Amino acid sequence: MAGAARADNSGDLVLSSLTKRFGAFTAVDDVDLRIPQGSFFALLGPSGCGKTTTLRMVAGLEQPTAGEVRIGAHDITYDKPYRRPVNTVFQSYALFPHLSVRENVAFGLKRRRSSQVDKLVADVLELTELQALAARKPGQLSGGQQQRVALARAIVNKPAVLLLDEPLGALDLKLRRQMQVELKRIQTEVGLTFVHVTHDQEEAMTMADTIAVMNAGRIEQLGAPAELYENPATTFTANFLGQSNLIRATVRDRQPDSATVALPSGTLRVPASRLPAGIDDVWVGVRPEKISVESEPTGPSGASNRIAGLVVTDASFMGVSTQYLVRTPWGQELMVFEQNRGRAAIHRPGDKVSLSFSAEHTFALDAGQDVEAGIDLDETPS
Amino acid sequence: MVATLPSRVRANAGPAAARRRRSPWAVLRENVVWGVAVLALIYLLLPNLVVVLFSFNKPNGRFNYTWQRFSLDAWLHPCAAPGMCESLGLSLKIGVVATIVSTLLGTMIAFALARYRFRGRTGSNLLIFLPMATPEVVMGSSLLTLFVSMGIPLGRTTILIAHIMFCLSYVVVTVKARIAGLDPRLEQAAADLYANEWQTFRRITLPLVAPGIAAGALLAFSLSFDDYIVTNFNASNASITFPMYVWGAAARGTPVQINVIGTAMFVLAVLAVALGQLAGRRRSR
Amino acid sequence: MTATSAAPAARSRRRIAGLPYLLLLPGMLWLGVFFVVPMVFLLSQSLQTGTLETGYRLTFHFATYSDSLAQFSRQFVRSFEYAFLATVLALLISYPLAYAIALKSGRWKPVLLVVVVAPFFTSFLLRTLAWQTILNSDGLVMKFFRGTHLIELTSALGWTNGSQLLSSPLAVVTGLTYNFLPFMTLPLFASLDRLDPRLLEAAGDLYATPLTAFRRVTLPISMPGVVAGTLLTFIPAAGDYINSQLLGNPQTAMIGQVIEGYFLRINDYPTAAALSFALMFTILVLVSVYVRKSGTEELV
Repeated sequence: MAGAARADNSGDLVLSSLTKRFGAFTAVDDVDLRIPQGSFFALLGPSGCGKTTTLRMVAGLEQPTAGEVRIGAHDITYDKPYRRPVNTVFQSYALFPHLSVRENVAFGLKRRRSSQVDKLVADVLELTELQALAARKPGQLSGGQQQRVALARAIVNKPAVLLLDEPLGALDLKLRRQMQVELKRIQTEVGLTFVHVTHDQEEAMTMADTIAVMNAGRIEQLGAPAELYENPATTFTANFLGQSNLIRATVRDRQPDSATVALPSGTLRVPASRLPAGIDDVWVGVRPEKISVESEPTGPSGASNRIAGLVVTDASFMGVSTQYLVRTPWGQELMVFEQNRGRAAIHRPGDKVSLSFSAEHTFALDAGQDVEAGIDLDETPS
Repeated sequence: MVATLPSRVRANAGPAAARRRRSPWAVLRENVVWGVAVLALIYLLLPNLVVVLFSFNKPNGRFNYTWQRFSLDAWLHPCAAPGMCESLGLSLKIGVVATIVSTLLGTMIAFALARYRFRGRTGSNLLIFLPMATPEVVMGSSLLTLFVSMGIPLGRTTILIAHIMFCLSYVVVTVKARIAGLDPRLEQAAADLYANEWQTFRRITLPLVAPGIAAGALLAFSLSFDDYIVTNFNASNASITFPMYVWGAAARGTPVQINVIGTAMFVLAVLAVALGQLAGRRRSR
Repeated sequence: MTATSAAPAARSRRRIAGLPYLLLLPGMLWLGVFFVVPMVFLLSQSLQTGTLETGYRLTFHFATYSDSLAQFSRQFVRSFEYAFLATVLALLISYPLAYAIALKSGRWKPVLLVVVVAPFFTSFLLRTLAWQTILNSDGLVMKFFRGTHLIELTSALGWTNGSQLLSSPLAVVTGLTYNFLPFMTLPLFASLDRLDPRLLEAAGDLYATPLTAFRRVTLPISMPGVVAGTLLTFIPAAGDYINSQLLGNPQTAMIGQVIEGYFLRINDYPTAAALSFALMFTILVLVSVYVRKSGTEELV
């Protein structure tokens, strides 16, 4: 048992066709993922998307209906949790209330009959800055301290994969930001594979090397945070990560490097690499922070895309930026975040404006996708 | 939106106004709950106090119902009443054995009912509940008919059998409640940390359920020690337990020593509870 | 895919087959042999005829039931009357007590709980005997009753007879109520303890008077405790005879006394068994009607 765990300390975590059904409900639907060893991987999605179920199948706390879980060459799909080189940091911490911090942290090592329990425990307590609290019981610790004990208890075992199930959910904002930095630092220092499950897109983008966006049991898109953000492949990703303006359009003219799409009034240019192949009905998208607002009438501009004839319906000054809602000639409301550079005057509701943005920041998605997907799901649960 | 507040609210506006307006009627109303509660507590404790008080009595006749004068006689000679200490010994012995057996069997049942889904679960729950819903007269007399029909002689063994039977349900209920309150994620965490099923049970589940098992055992002991009706149906003249002795004394003559035993039990129990509370508080420090 | 999923599923369920049944077996067997079987014997005994010397034969003599119930109908009914009275009184007394402990006692809650359970620490026979001392002709309580002429009122109502409090229905019901008070208080407390005081604040915020808040918020939430408490009080009270024997007179005899007498002194087993079984059956019927009406299925 112990020997098997140590030998598997190498290798990527691979999920193949992993499926979990609860009766008629499919929680995880044919998921394929390869998580490179030593990376910080985030599984991001709204509540109920199946991310926690996926995590529990990797930990061995749920049995898959179909599919495989492998670490390196070893198939651990049906292994008991205590036979897997995997440890979990639970959302509720699940610290053993009758054991002290030190005993909690030493628990896994003792079960595996490690010969260096005291030294390893001391090292990890130092790493998580818990030395002063080693003799206390969990009931005497604050939320942030409990969270660190849960983390220490898991990483002291140097598992091949460390799973974190929304570990920062119960912490207040300031502490959460602190712990995000801490976790990243510890991961880099210790070099373990971290799989972090969260619904908080900011958290995922801050900490992870790679993000998998999950929705209704399936992976929507997989990639580095910047890639996912700038090049969303589905409306869900476009709406769930940050915010997007999506406008119904038709492809008119395809060129080798770009295409012209027709809006209800006016046209835009979209780079060829950002067009879905062979589809003419599209959602054209641009992120609010990529847009500049100019009062009409406007002079010539260098920006490649422009929408004219809009009216400002709302302007909210947020300090760092100003958030505008503008209504298009065809009645749709678009969002713009303009950074407060202190130069331009703030537009007011009723002003006639036009929007300009570069073609490089424009993307297009299949119009068959649900334009509402992913909106308003990014809420902090109670 | 300007709405008119109900007159009640307007009248009660402001803490200063409320203080000025407190009529004796309002004071009475606020404290009526505590008033009745205190009366109830007095009602509850009065007989206990009488028992303690009268252990220091020196009665004139055979019965210990009227106060004569203060005396430590009974305390100095606790076993002077013939047969009483033997009955006490029997009650203690039966109590200990009944507690051990019923706690063991009851804890096993509690785990089965609380942790597993199986066919016959509802039926089992019902069977556990029934003894608690049966009057002692019925339980005692039915056991009597069983023993008589099977030709089993009445005595210590039959008393013990009866005690284990009726203590079981109470142990099950107590332990089951404790198990149900246990966070299942703690056992998942233990499995995640390389503990197999037995290690998880031994190191996590059992220590956390132990207070419930202790409570069940304590309940079983007190039920067994204090039982009269069921015991009376299943005893013989050679096996007198302490409650049976007291009952006989109520007709023959009540020696002061039974009050001494009653007081001693009371003090011991209070001490045990106090120690338990202190130990619990120190463990969490 | 289906081939791989079938075998590992069996592998993962590697725990001992039928573990729950193994755990259940010893205890359930004990209950089966020493609770269920005796009930069958009791029923069978009630339908037999004969004597202890000549032996009993199963003759399905149903007349035993009608005869004994006719003969002891007064005691039978009286048992339920007293039990009902004791239950109602216990409820009225316990509710404020439980309420005070659960919602108004703050730091003293654990101490008060111990105080409620403390009576159990002394033998209940001793405590019931203590009532003989308390209600004695020369005692303070008696003097109070005489001085305020309450004794004449209670005698007129038939609750006491003559000039003493003991050996009367009043004393019996007092003792019954007292004995089962903790059984009513603790479930009530457990129920009320779960009441979030902020609910009452919200009710007050929404213009409810304290009385209305009690009626519409506290009382419904405490119902499971009320049901549990009344059951735990009524059932044993109906079969009790200790209080009646020690604090009453032959006119207050309850059915438990009759059953005990017929079993242990007169040795008329069929009659006693019939009465015992009839008592059990009546209680079961009353309880199931009551429980179904108040809608609590899971009592254990």
